[in-house]
Amino acid sequence: MPEDATTMGDEDVLRAPLVLEYPFKRTTGPVIGAFLTALREGRFIGIEDDNGKVLCPPVEYDPASGASLTKLVPVGSEGEVLSWSWNQSVRDGQPLDHPFAWVMVQLDGADTPMMHVVDAPHEAMATGMRVRARFASERIGSMDDLLCFEPVS
Amino acid sequence: MTDTTSSQPAPIEIPEGVWSQPAVNMSAVADLESVEAVRSVRAFASMTYDYTPGLATTRFLRAIKEKRLVGERCSETGKVYIPPRGVSPVSGLPTTEQVELGLDGTVVSFCVVNLDFTGNAQEIPYVSALILVDGSDIPIYGLVREIPYNEVQPGLRLKSVWVEDSELTTSFENIKWWAPNGEPDVPASDLADYI
Repeated sequence: MPEDATTMGDEDVLRAPLVLEYPFKRTTGPVIGAFLTALREGRFIGIEDDNGKVLCPPVEYDPASGASLTKLVPVGSEGEVLSWSWNQSVRDGQPLDHPFAWVMVQLDGADTPMMHVVDAPHEAMATGMRVRARFASERIGSMDDLLCFEPVS
Repeated sequence: MTDTTSSQPAPIEIPEGVWSQPAVNMSAVADLESVEAVRSVRAFASMTYDYTPGLATTRFLRAIKEKRLVGERCSETGKVYIPPRGVSPVSGLPTTEQVELGLDGTVVSFCVVNLDFTGNAQEIPYVSALILVDGSDIPIYGLVREIPYNEVQPGLRLKSVWVEDSELTTSFENIKWWAPNGEPDVPASDLADYI
């Protein structure tokens, strides 16, 4: 523990950063695994329900009926911002290191939106704007392979 | 999900009758079948605290930097606690009297660790023991080395093995491990109050 002291009453007490970390490793299952595999390939997939509705990101079970969903389908890498919220004060661990917008983006071919971020100036943000995915140059099969979305100019 | 592992586990054969997710239909995304599928992710859960140990443990840690072990005594029961937390767990009274302890101790109980786990830096098997430091009334955890694991037993007398003086900090890690000090074992009856 470094000699970084603070005061408590009249006495100096020690203080130090303490990082508690659990290095979990979890299996993805076939549906989320396929979604992450697609991200690693620089693209998106969704999953189709019994009525032909495409959910993206894909889920294992129909949110309405609970039935197992199994039919994976391709989804575009561009989409439409359905709603957004500006993030002015950026915190550690957030997707970008400068102010950005949290968005609900519905990708082309999907019928449900996913939550992500758009890297654009505040004045460029608008509901209904077109955005495209920006992927990491080195991808490993993780959500972090998708860096953000950016406006389609 | 912040990272994936590079070495993917092989697909697991799930015994019949055990729940599993149904296989997916990839006919519409058939090209994804020709690449290696992602089967697991590393998902670190990490929390960063600004930790302060409080007044009593600060006194203890300042002493340990000087290669001293200092406990604090309960004014009602006379018991000496290490590391001190500033209050007696029995009487609830503040512990104000500091007590200089020895640098040797006695094994009260122990565990031979045969399983490796994430974050473990020790070679298995190794012995983790509850050690009653001379002059104290509550045992602390310590690593026992310099003796075969199957010769460790309650009552074994130990000395603390410290880092080099130049490496002393305000940390319990100043004590690298504990090792036999050559003294005769303490009779089990003397340890009855501490087990």
